[in-house]
Amino acid sequence: MADEPLVLGIETSCDETGVGIVRGHTLLADAVASSVDEHARFGGVVPEVASRAHLEAMVPTIERALKDAGVAASDLDGISVTAGPGLAGALLVGVSAAKAYAYALGKPLYGVNHLASHICVDQLEHGPLPEPTMALLVSGGHSSLLLSSDITSDVRPLGATIDDAAGEAFDKIARVLNLGFPGGPVIDRYAKEGDPDAIAFPRGLTGPRDPAYDFSFSGLKTSVARWIEAKRAAGEDVPVRDVSASFQEAVVDVLTRKAVRACKDEGVDHLMIGGGVAANSRLRALAQERCEAAGIRLRVPRPKLCTDNGAMVAALGAEMVARNRSASAWDLSADSSLPVTETHVPGHTHDHDHVHETAKDNLYS
Amino acid sequence: MLLLALDTATPAVTVALHDGSSVVAASSQVDARRHGELLLPAVDRVLAEAGVRLDAVTGIVVGVGPGPYTGLRVGLMTADTFGLALGVPVHGLCTLDGLAYAAEVDGPFVVATDARRKEVYWARYEDARTRVTEPAVDRPADIAEQVAGLPAVGAGAVLYPDTFPDARAPENVSAAALAALAAEKLGAGEELQAPRPLYLRRPDAQVPKNYKVVTPK
Ligand SMILES: [Zn+2]
Repeated sequence: MADEPLVLGIETSCDETGVGIVRGHTLLADAVASSVDEHARFGGVVPEVASRAHLEAMVPTIERALKDAGVAASDLDGISVTAGPGLAGALLVGVSAAKAYAYALGKPLYGVNHLASHICVDQLEHGPLPEPTMALLVSGGHSSLLLSSDITSDVRPLGATIDDAAGEAFDKIARVLNLGFPGGPVIDRYAKEGDPDAIAFPRGLTGPRDPAYDFSFSGLKTSVARWIEAKRAAGEDVPVRDVSASFQEAVVDVLTRKAVRACKDEGVDHLMIGGGVAANSRLRALAQERCEAAGIRLRVPRPKLCTDNGAMVAALGAEMVARNRSASAWDLSADSSLPVTETHVPGHTHDHDHVHETAKDNLYS
Repeated sequence: MLLLALDTATPAVTVALHDGSSVVAASSQVDARRHGELLLPAVDRVLAEAGVRLDAVTGIVVGVGPGPYTGLRVGLMTADTFGLALGVPVHGLCTLDGLAYAAEVDGPFVVATDARRKEVYWARYEDARTRVTEPAVDRPADIAEQVAGLPAVGAGAVLYPDTFPDARAPENVSAAALAALAAEKLGAGEELQAPRPLYLRRPDAQVPKNYKVVTPK
């Protein structure tokens, strides 16, 4: 079991109630109940609505995952759960469930980091993560460039958005265009029929003196909105397809440019892309093109594993078990702002884990 | 019968084990902000004190509120998941009923807990076992007439003495009382309610204001 731990993972950081089951790097079940439809009319995720939905969906989703995987709860080697970052009240529902489940089954509990899970999920698709791996995480909640030498203990943030997350920008532009929520998939669809060069929208933080790995999408968002309003004010039709394509191009151009540059600067030959925006078809295509040109191997999981899900949490939990990381204590709490550097929330005892992490730090200092 | 009872609908994180005739072990801690952290260790402590493992339990009893949502869900989610893992029934009880059961008041009275936002969760009781109104959430001043002259139990009564001048103990619910009430009802062949939360309010969800125009008109 040391190499191929059977782990059930629970994810409730936002609006998806996810329960996944993995055996080592093999995906056995990925059950997700989403409350996204309940949020659509609000144009964004409403925390209390999400938390209520998690409570109702949890037990049926665990049951479905066990059934899909064809395993008995008693066979599990551990339970992992997103301890943060995310919506505080939503996280707490998942953490409560995971603690109760682990305790009742007599299994170890692993509170893990949501962002590290987004990276680790690729092991289910493309096998063991290369060490180090560069990761570009893009979703409605985050836009970060992360470098990891060991996904269970060492994730180093290189850059992040200084204002909106990339997915947020998609949602906001979709709202301006009256395309509904969430904005990512619908803009992707319209963009396919539009001209990405039709309108020259700005590329944020790409000047010579700007931070190399940070992102900014707020200026782009304003610029797109202004352009649309000018058209409307002039009584002209807004070319939704061209606006979608040109806006999308501005986002993915900056994301891929900075990610490839980070790989080159750090001498890393693998780029992993995760998070909901990784489902964007243009992001995948442009990343592929630029990685190939730069001699970088691109790893992007299938879209269902890029959005929030329980399998990614199970994947990281399995890695924690395989690498003998300390389990979490029964007083594990949800931490809405858990730093990305804290890959998991170990219990109170300090064993060899600590030594190991120090050694890893030295590698990169 | 071995019931594990828990409640997180008031500032108390409270756990008790009941064998059908009496409370075997119990724990109550008052900390409105740490329900999530405190509950599982409390369960572990109570079981250790009684010298039993969780899988010896024949049923879970949980307070379904009403209570502040975030804390309330900790107890319900824990109870639900225990039930799933152990394959035992999960029984819901109104948290206010637990307070009423522990109240030592003769004759009619009111139970009122803190609903925040200057409101109380409340219900009227004929006696310790008989609730005569549905649990509700209101501003104390708005229900003054309905509770006039009645003793009042719970932290909501202590908070609003103008409406509830005759406040009595206890302030917070105890799982021991909930367990005893459940044991009594189950012993009498009564069926308890499903373990679903009594929120009593719709979620705070405002439709975002119309998209803000950024170009000057
Ligand atoms: Zn995410």
